Amino acid sequence: MHETITVRFAGDSGDGMQLLGNQFLVSSSRSGQNFMTFPDYPAEIRAPAGTTYGVSAYQIKIGDLSVSSPGDEVDVLVVFNPAALKTNLDTLKQGALILINEEAFGSRNLKRAGYKDHPLTNDSLSLFQTVALPITSQTGRALESLDLSKTEIARSKNFWVLGLILWMFDRDTKDTENWVTEKFSDALVVNANCLALKAGHAFGEINEIEQKIPRLNAETAKYPPGRYRGIRGSEALALGLIAASELANKALLFCSYPITPASPLLHSLSRQTECGVRTFQAEDEIAAIGAAIGASYAGIIGVTSSSGPGIALKTEALSLALSAELPLLVINSQRGGPSTGLPTKTEQSDLLQAVYGRNGDAPIPVIASQSPSDNFDAAIEAVRIAIEFMTPVMLLTDGYLANASEPWKLPDMDQYEKIISVPLKSSKGHSQANAYCRDPETFARPWVKPGDLGGMYRAGGLEKDFHSGNISYDPSNHQMITDMRTQKIIAIQDSIPLVELNEEELGREGLIISWGSTLGCIQEVMQDAKSLSVSHIHLRNINPLPKNLKGIALKFKWVLVPELNQGQLSKLLKAEIGIEVISYGKVQGLPFKVSEIVQKIHEQRIS
Amino acid sequence: MNGQNKTLLTAKDYASDQEVRWCPGCGDYAILKTMTQVLSKLQLKKEDTVFISGIGCASRFPYYLDTYGFHTIHGRAPTVATGVKLSNPDLSVWVVTGDGDGLSIGGNHLLHLFRRNLDINVLLFNNEIYGLTKGQYSPTSRPKTISPSSPRGSIGSPVSPGKFAHGCGATFIARSIDTDKPSLSEVLERSHQHRGTALVEILQNCIVYNDKIFDDLSNKESENDRQLRLKHGMPLVFGSDLQYGLAISSSLELEIINAVKNPKRVLNHDETNANLAQMLLALDPIDYPVPIGVIYAVQKPIYEELFHQSGKHPFPRKQTVNSLIESGEIWEVTKS
Repeated sequence: MHETITVRFAGDSGDGMQLLGNQFLVSSSRSGQNFMTFPDYPAEIRAPAGTTYGVSAYQIKIGDLSVSSPGDEVDVLVVFNPAALKTNLDTLKQGALILINEEAFGSRNLKRAGYKDHPLTNDSLSLFQTVALPITSQTGRALESLDLSKTEIARSKNFWVLGLILWMFDRDTKDTENWVTEKFSDALVVNANCLALKAGHAFGEINEIEQKIPRLNAETAKYPPGRYRGIRGSEALALGLIAASELANKALLFCSYPITPASPLLHSLSRQTECGVRTFQAEDEIAAIGAAIGASYAGIIGVTSSSGPGIALKTEALSLALSAELPLLVINSQRGGPSTGLPTKTEQSDLLQAVYGRNGDAPIPVIASQSPSDNFDAAIEAVRIAIEFMTPVMLLTDGYLANASEPWKLPDMDQYEKIISVPLKSSKGHSQANAYCRDPETFARPWVKPGDLGGMYRAGGLEKDFHSGNISYDPSNHQMITDMRTQKIIAIQDSIPLVELNEEELGREGLIISWGSTLGCIQEVMQDAKSLSVSHIHLRNINPLPKNLKGIALKFKWVLVPELNQGQLSKLLKAEIGIEVISYGKVQGLPFKVSEIVQKIHEQRIS
Repeated sequence: MNGQNKTLLTAKDYASDQEVRWCPGCGDYAILKTMTQVLSKLQLKKEDTVFISGIGCASRFPYYLDTYGFHTIHGRAPTVATGVKLSNPDLSVWVVTGDGDGLSIGGNHLLHLFRRNLDINVLLFNNEIYGLTKGQYSPTSRPKTISPSSPRGSIGSPVSPGKFAHGCGATFIARSIDTDKPSLSEVLERSHQHRGTALVEILQNCIVYNDKIFDDLSNKESENDRQLRLKHGMPLVFGSDLQYGLAISSSLELEIINAVKNPKRVLNHDETNANLAQMLLALDPIDYPVPIGVIYAVQKPIYEELFHQSGKHPFPRKQTVNSLIESGEIWEVTKS
C-alpha cells in the first residue's frame, strides 16, 4: 500500500482522456481517497491524430490527507499512442509503470510522433516497468456483437482502459456503469461503453495468474468530521457567486465573452436559472464589462470574467466603474502570456496588470483564489468588498484553479455574514442625502439605483465634485478624490485578516510568501517545514496586502517568493512594503513541483 | 399615489440644474429642448428614466436632464444600456450617441444592439464631424471633407446610420433634424412607443467645425425640395407644391416623377415594408430628397423578454445555494 499514487492518462485530444481521468477521480473519491487533479490539454480542439501537439493528458494524485498537489512525478502512466509516450516520459518517476496501447505503435504513428526507432523494442524505456496492451483489438472484440463502425468502436477505448485500471485498484465497475447509463442518451453508446468497461476489468482478472499487470492501491484519507463532495474549480466559483448573490440579497448578472480558460465558469452559471443569477454572452470583452457595469448601475451585482487578453480589453471600462464608485467583480482566469500566449496553460503573470494596469491613479482591490474549492470563498469575499466598499474588485484565478478538482468540505451557509451596502442618508454639512454622501469610514457611497426616488443622480467617468457628484475640474477637488480612492484601499486593509504565524513558526530561518494556485504544492513542501526551518504565508489579499505582513517578513533571515511568473509578487512586495525577497519564478506553462521548491529552500540554507 | 395630488411635470422639470456647456448656437440645444418637451408630453417618471451616453459632444446630454443618467466611455453606451435594461426591464432606457461614438469606435456594439432588439431608444446625433476632438472627419463625413486630419480631403465612403441599422436587423429607423421641432417630437415619441431597439438619426449642425452642412434641409427656401416628409400610408411626395413624387422605375429603383401628372404612379409610404425602407435609406442625398420621419417600424420579439423567459420576476430565486451545494455526490465523515 502506497501513501499516494499519481496516475497520468495521455492520448490524442479525441481519445477521451479528460473523461477517463474524471471517472477515475469519481471512483477514487468513492473509495475514500483524497485527490488532486491536473487536466493538461492542448489549445487545439482536435489536432491531427497522433501528433505530439495534439496530446491531451489528465493527471491525478490519490491517497491520504497529504495529497494537496497533483503530484510531481507520475507512478502510473497510460499512453494511447507514441506521441503521448514521447511527450510524457519526463513526467515519470524512476521505475514507474507504463501501460501502453501497443497496437497504436505502427510505423505511421511512430513517424508522426517523431520516433526513428520503436521505443518498445529498443532500451529507451529500460528505467521503467512497461506493460504492452492490445487495447484497440480487445475493445473491438468486446464490441463485435454491436452494429458499430471501426471509428465508433475506437471511441470506447478509454472505457476499456478505465475498466482495467479499476481492476488494478481493486474496484468494481458498477458505479461507473450507472454513470454511463445516466450520462449518455443513446442506448447503443451506453451498451458499447459498458461492454468495453467490463471487458477491460475482465482482462485484468484473466491475466492475474501471469501477474503481468500489477495490482495497486493507495491509502485512504482520514478526513476531519464533516460532509464532503468533490468539486471542480469553475463549479466552486459559480456556486460562490450564487452564494454571494444570496448573501447580498441582490440578483447577479454575469456577462462574459468566451475565452479559454475562463469559459467553464460561463457554462456552469448558464445552467443555473433559478437562483437569482443570469448569464449574458456579450459580443466582445468590452461589451461584457459594459453590460456588467450597467447591471451594477441598475442595482444588481455585475460580474464579468475573462483571461489575460480579454482583461486587457476591459481595463478602460474598469476605470469607469472605479470612477463611478460602482461595485463590480472582474474575474481573471490567468493563462500563459503575453498576447495569445499559452491559452490552456497555467501562469500567474497577470498580477501586476491586476494591481496597476489602468490609466490614472486607479487602485482597486485584488483577491487571489488559492485552490479549486477556495474559489467559493474567494468569490464571496470579492463580492463582499465590492458592495461594502462600492468599488470594482479583481479576482485572480487561473487555468489550473478553474479545471482542477479536489474534495470539498461543504460550507455551512449560516456561518456567512450578510453583505450589506451603505444606506442613503445625508452626511455632515449636507441637508440633502445624495448618491455621493459617503460613509466616513469605508468611503463607500450609497448604492442608489434607477427606480429609486431619493438620490437620483448622473454617473460618469469625468471627474466629479466630491460632495455633489457634478462635473468638476477643480484642482483641489481632484486631489481630494484621488486621495479618497487611496484611502479606500487603506480602509479595506483594516477589514481583511492579519497574517498569523505562531511563536515556533516565527522562529524558523526562512519564510515562503506565495499566492494563488501554488498553495497545494507548497502545502506539500510544508509537510517537512520544521526540518527545512521554513514558514509559509499564502496571500489571499494582494491589494491591499495584510497590514502586518512587513513586520512578520522582517523577522526571517530570508524570504522566498515562488510564483508562476518572472517575479511579479516580488516586485510588488518590494514596491509596496519595501522588503527584500528572493524571487523564484517559473514560466513553463506547468505548476511547480514540490521538489523544485524544496531544492530552492536548500539553496537558501546553504548560502 | 393620490391622483388629485399628482401634478403634471413640465418640460422644465426634466432639465437638470447643470449649466449647459455646448458651443453657443450648437444644434444640441434644440434637441435637448425638444427632448424635455417630449418627456413632459409622455409624462415619463423621472426616476424610471435613464439616459446613457458614450463620449463626444452629444454624450454630455445626460448631465442636462433631471433623470437618471450615465456618461460612460467612448462607444460603449449600448453595452451599459444593455446591462441596465437586462437588470431592470421596467426602465425607459435612452442611448445618446454621435456619429463617431456610435459608428466608429462603437460600431460593433450598435450592430449587436439592433440585432438583439432590446427595448432601448438610440438617439444618434449625426453632425458628420468629430466635434470634441476639434474637427477631424468622421465615418459619416462626406467624401473629400477637408479637416485637420484630412487636409487633402477625406477618402473612403461615408456610412449611413439608417442603412447600417437596417442591415443589422433594426426594427425601428427614423430620421429628423435638430431644429425641426414637430418632426423631431414625433419621431422621439414614436421611438418611445416602439417596443424594440429604435434608431433616431438626428441631423445636427456643428456650428464650429461643420457649419451649415444640413442647411439645404433646414432653410425655408429649400427645405420643401430637399426633405421627403414621410407619413405612413401617404404618398411619397415633396417640393413646395408637392409636385414631385417617388415611383418605382423599370430598373426597380426609386425615381423622381411629376406627382401632379402621374399621381397613380407615386408610391405610398409603408413603414412596415423592409424593401421600401431599404430603397429610401439608399437614396443618394445629392440627387434625391432626404427622407425625414419614420422610415421603418416593425414588431419583433424583444430580447429582454426572451432573456428572462417572460417570467414575472426577471431573476427568480427559487433555488437556494445550499440546494446546489448539496447536489453533488456527498460523503459523510463522522469521526476522524
